[in-house]
Amino acid sequence: MAHAKIIVTLKDGVLDPQGKTVKFALEKMGYKNIEDVRIGKYIEIEIKNNNREKLEKEIDEICDKLLANPNIEKYKFSIE
Amino acid sequence: MTGYNIKITDEIIKEHNLKKDEYELILKILNRTPTIVELGIFSAMWSEHCSYKHSKPVLKKLPTKGKYILQGPGENAGIIHATKNLGIAFKIESHNHPSAVEPFQGAATGVGGILRDVFTMGARPIAVLDSLRFGNPESKNTQRLLPSVVKGIAFYGNCVGIPTVGGETVFEDCYETNCLVNVMTIGTVEKKKIKKGIAKGIGNPVIYIGAATGRDGIHGASFASAELTAENQERRSSVQVADPFMEKLLLEATLELNDKGLIVGIQDMGAAGLTSSSVEMANRGKVGIELNIDKVPKRETGMNAYEVMLSESQERMLMITEKGKEKKVEKVLKKWGLHAVTIGKVIKKPYIIVKEKGKVVAEIPVAPLADSNHKFFPLKRQKGIKPKYLENINIDYNLIPIPNNIEDILIKLIGSPNIACKSEIWQQYDHMVRTNTWTLPGSDSAVIKIKGENLLIATSVDGNGRYTYLDPYRGGAIAVAEAARNVSVSGATPVALTNCLNFGNPEDPEIFYQFEKAIEGMADAAKILKTPVTGGNVSFYNEGKDGAIYPTPIVGMVGFIKGTRYVKQYFKDSEDVILLLGQTKDELGASEYLKEIHGLIKGPVPEIDLKLESQIQKTIRNGIKAGIIKSAHDISKGGLAVALAECCITAKLHGEKNIGAFIEIQSDIRIDSLLFGETQSRIIITTSKKDLNTMKKIAAQNKVVLTEIGKTGGDRLIINIDWAAKKCSQKINIKITDLENIWMNGVNKYV
Amino acid sequence: MKAGVIVFPGSNCDADCMWALQDILGVNTEYIWHENKNIKKYDLIVIPGGFSYGDYLRCGAIARFAKVMESIQEFSSKKNKFILGICNGFQILLEAGLLPGAMLMNKTLKFICRYVNIVTENNMTPFTGKMKKGQVLRIPIAHNEGNYYCDETTLNNLIKNDCVVFRYSDENGSVNDNTNPNGALYNIAGIINKDGNILGMMPHPERAMIKELGSTDGRLIFESVIKYIKNN
Repeated sequence: MAHAKIIVTLKDGVLDPQGKTVKFALEKMGYKNIEDVRIGKYIEIEIKNNNREKLEKEIDEICDKLLANPNIEKYKFSIE
Repeated sequence: MTGYNIKITDEIIKEHNLKKDEYELILKILNRTPTIVELGIFSAMWSEHCSYKHSKPVLKKLPTKGKYILQGPGENAGIIHATKNLGIAFKIESHNHPSAVEPFQGAATGVGGILRDVFTMGARPIAVLDSLRFGNPESKNTQRLLPSVVKGIAFYGNCVGIPTVGGETVFEDCYETNCLVNVMTIGTVEKKKIKKGIAKGIGNPVIYIGAATGRDGIHGASFASAELTAENQERRSSVQVADPFMEKLLLEATLELNDKGLIVGIQDMGAAGLTSSSVEMANRGKVGIELNIDKVPKRETGMNAYEVMLSESQERMLMITEKGKEKKVEKVLKKWGLHAVTIGKVIKKPYIIVKEKGKVVAEIPVAPLADSNHKFFPLKRQKGIKPKYLENINIDYNLIPIPNNIEDILIKLIGSPNIACKSEIWQQYDHMVRTNTWTLPGSDSAVIKIKGENLLIATSVDGNGRYTYLDPYRGGAIAVAEAARNVSVSGATPVALTNCLNFGNPEDPEIFYQFEKAIEGMADAAKILKTPVTGGNVSFYNEGKDGAIYPTPIVGMVGFIKGTRYVKQYFKDSEDVILLLGQTKDELGASEYLKEIHGLIKGPVPEIDLKLESQIQKTIRNGIKAGIIKSAHDISKGGLAVALAECCITAKLHGEKNIGAFIEIQSDIRIDSLLFGETQSRIIITTSKKDLNTMKKIAAQNKVVLTEIGKTGGDRLIINIDWAAKKCSQKINIKITDLENIWMNGVNKYV
Repeated sequence: MKAGVIVFPGSNCDADCMWALQDILGVNTEYIWHENKNIKKYDLIVIPGGFSYGDYLRCGAIARFAKVMESIQEFSSKKNKFILGICNGFQILLEAGLLPGAMLMNKTLKFICRYVNIVTENNMTPFTGKMKKGQVLRIPIAHNEGNYYCDETTLNNLIKNDCVVFRYSDENGSVNDNTNPNGALYNIAGIINKDGNILGMMPHPERAMIKELGSTDGRLIFESVIKYIKNN
């Protein structure tokens, strides 16, 4: 059994209203040094597979097809 | 009998919120020491939430019969006759404590629970209304609770696709840490397809549908029946997480199962989950149910029978089908991506029997768990004592100076939290889905079309905690009267109500007094206005850090309009005649004016003459039926001046043009009573000039006073008061756009 | 002609679209279950609003993998076949790549349900034949993710090819930031593909069919495409 840990975030340059609001709130709380806040998703997948190379390809495909929307989002993942 | 080797100590009994005499009853019923699973089951079933042990003797005073009643109290929801083939199911329920702890999930699961109560009757939900109470809008706690409660209701109702068509939001300091979230759902059901929460047919399978069981909300029912202290705010395990998508699937699957005739009985696993649903269904059918815990779908590992029986995981239902039809049930559920799991069967012996790993871990007779009439039931016959605070509760009129700045007062009131516009709340709710919402939120009542029938439904939720605090009887009566009035001013005949009774700790005799008197008031009003009670919900133990909340009975009223004659609250055209139906008395007590302008929470609460109320409402309905009334608006919070302002500025939110008014009144009562007092049984009406005489005739037939007070038109609200007593005059003259701006920004900025 | 309304688990404007087409406009209309691949017989397919698959992950992200969506690709490439995606239906069309761009959360971070004004930018499409250019329609929106986004090249292509059909405006048709309820790029409320047979829009025309609901402007969109189908 392998664990894939995937992080999906908005592409740089795509407006993130949630991130903007959190940044505003943090500033209001007194954290003056905040430059930027971006909010994304963290996804864990448990997957049966022994072939490392094949697995990476499969996770990449899963991200590209479903977990991220390539129009606005990018992703990265690690496999343990 | 196994008990996980747990010894039942005094400590454990106390943790289960069971009183000593109640535990002794348990020993008598079982004739032995209970297992821990049994103790948990008793604790849940005998909590106020499930047993109504404090409230039942008082609730009997409420009228529950009438020609429209098809299903009265005691089922998942009440049902009234609407047309030859169609019934309307509706009910209101509270989710106060869960919302105070986790406002988003608490409010969302509150919507989920009441939707299930309605669709388990076989009805399709068509509308949701909510009644909310918070502390001061500027307080930190309100800023934490209000936006999240609203988001939670929106998240759930919007996703399931049931429009939230109306409601009310009130701010008073007493709700600071104990907010109120009451949600009402209305549904339509073909009479021949009505289903009940009943177990029937020995040997029939007991089927579990919906989400898997987790540890969420264990002891939620006892939690709802205990005061909210800092200590049990820590009991975060009580938070249930909402899954509205699962609810939508359950809704569609349940209605399809019902269409296919596969349901014998069905009930939501609500408060006290599997325990209350199985016990109540068995009790109604006078049978027993045997459950096999090993079969129950579980979300977490290592869950034992105690946890499974008491879990309040959301979006789960228990259903009985006929033996042999399991496959057909499974087929329907599979279509909706769900599963049917047979977890038990109906048995003849009227006992709840719980088995785990082949062993019996609970075996309890059903009747004393669920039936208040049984001799082994911890019914509390309490007596109320008139609270001390009521002794010195009325204002001294002489100490309130007569104002000379009525325009400033109007401006302050129109922007005050309980009067200002709440559009930022209801625009977060999808109030249009299902394309039946003929009157949008922001009028006295929502009007909903029933497609395929010659029928409109008008509905409103109302309650005034401050009135009920200052005069429990009148507060209860006015809650019913105002809800009925709001429905009548749309043109509908109010026919039945559901109530949500939010009070403090009933073990306190002073709180119990509030409860008794409020119910008496509601009962009298419901009788005279011919709007019996079809059921509802009691929520006790609403106590914040500064003591009990104001006693807050909330009424959800449903009325019918045959045909399509209905009106809204705002002025429709220029040059119409403005009329006041009813008479203004010198009453200032309990008003928003006293609170906002003078900082006083004092009585006396306005009088309510229920016979007069009935005549006033009949008059307005007759006028609307005759087609001569163009707008009608109930006078409530903020009195006549605020109501007039609302008539001028609420058209825009309904897509029409705001229209000003010119008012001239001669009066000999105090100017503040006249403009801002909250005398009951008053309505502002407009008609066109040509219909004025007809309207006068209708009023005369019903022996009520109708006074011409002005005309519509222009872009200002002008009120000239000729005050006979002091031989002087005062005037309000303000642009309605200015009024509108203040009204729009009073509360919306906090949401 | 024959119309179909797709039903996904979680669709909740399906019945409203059925009502608008069948009861109000008298079009022979059927529901299409999301597992049904046989959709050749329809002339117009409506992908209704709602929360398909709970809108979990992203709005429309899971629905686009439903069986019916496999046939939709082929359906859309045929002559005189039309697809109207409303709200969640628009989101699904974007996720499926049948229209360009994506939806972000509203700039207010709140669900918004209210009437808005939209101005008709292109009245030469099959869906807008009954309107005049610049005509303002009053139609409600009800969404949490209606903040349309695409990159600059895509936007320029949309504008150049006259694919922007509706923009959020005021009642006189003028477009600016104050008339933008959700932060949508270029105030975009609805776009169409280059072939002119797939329209996606956030406002709900099926909610503006009778005067009691506040507007009848929604009819114009349905009536335009019905007329087009009948004449071709």
